[in-house]
Amino acid sequence: MVREQEMAVHGKGRPGGGRKPEWAQGLKKLYDSVVEEPLPDDLAKLLAQLDDKEGKQ
Amino acid sequence: MTAAATVPRQQIARSDADRAAFKRDLAAVVPHLRAFARGLCGRPDMADDLVQETMLKAWAAQDRFEPGTSMRAWTFVILRNIYLTDMRRNRFRGEYDELVAERILVEPAGQEAPLHLADLHNALLTLPPERREALLLVGAGGFSYEEAAEICGCAVGTIKSRVGRARAALSQMIETGGVPDGDRQGKEAHTAIMDELDMVAAGDGLTEHLR
Repeated sequence: MVREQEMAVHGKGRPGGGRKPEWAQGLKKLYDSVVEEPLPDDLAKLLAQLDDKEGKQ
Repeated sequence: MTAAATVPRQQIARSDADRAAFKRDLAAVVPHLRAFARGLCGRPDMADDLVQETMLKAWAAQDRFEPGTSMRAWTFVILRNIYLTDMRRNRFRGEYDELVAERILVEPAGQEAPLHLADLHNALLTLPPERREALLLVGAGGFSYEEAAEICGCAVGTIKSRVGRARAALSQMIETGGVPDGDRQGKEAHTAIMDELDMVAAGDGLTEHLR
């Protein structure tokens, strides 16, 4: 029941740009979700190597 | 070459401490580079290739980085230049938006369906690259219009208009649950993207900070 009510509210929603705040936030989430991923090994390795190569010059 | 003339005479060779600081700053922005790249090209593997190239190029060009300025903005300029150059060389053409267009067309309108981030990303990827990057910078990366304009090497008004158009297009796609013009859009979007790229190629699409 509760669920139906929620659906009804959500379904009717606001016309037009009702979704906009939600997706605008989603865009940020999309970005942040990648930022928060652990660094892949190859990139971490590359970062470590930057010094080695250059340090010898 | 000309750079030497414009660089304040400070110094050419950086100290070990400078390099260490640069590396630290670079390491800190790598996750952001990944996020920006993923948003631009949509494919995680290609995105990380872009990041890798960006890191190498940034490291090689570190003498041109002004300490105290934004490493994130500086490296984003490098990344987008590599991306645009690659786009022109066909590296991302073809495979990329057919995939995206197909997936988005399949999505049902479903009013009650929650908005999945994957759908949002797909919608984002149908946008012409210039609008996509503008929206990414401002709406996802949190840059100001002014900063975004600097990164893209264009006027603030141009960025504002690109962001506005990108937002309108996304809103429409999300509300209708698909690409507005049905399956014509896939091909048209592709053509539009390539037209814009040609424009970018002909004009000042590449920011001058780094070539």
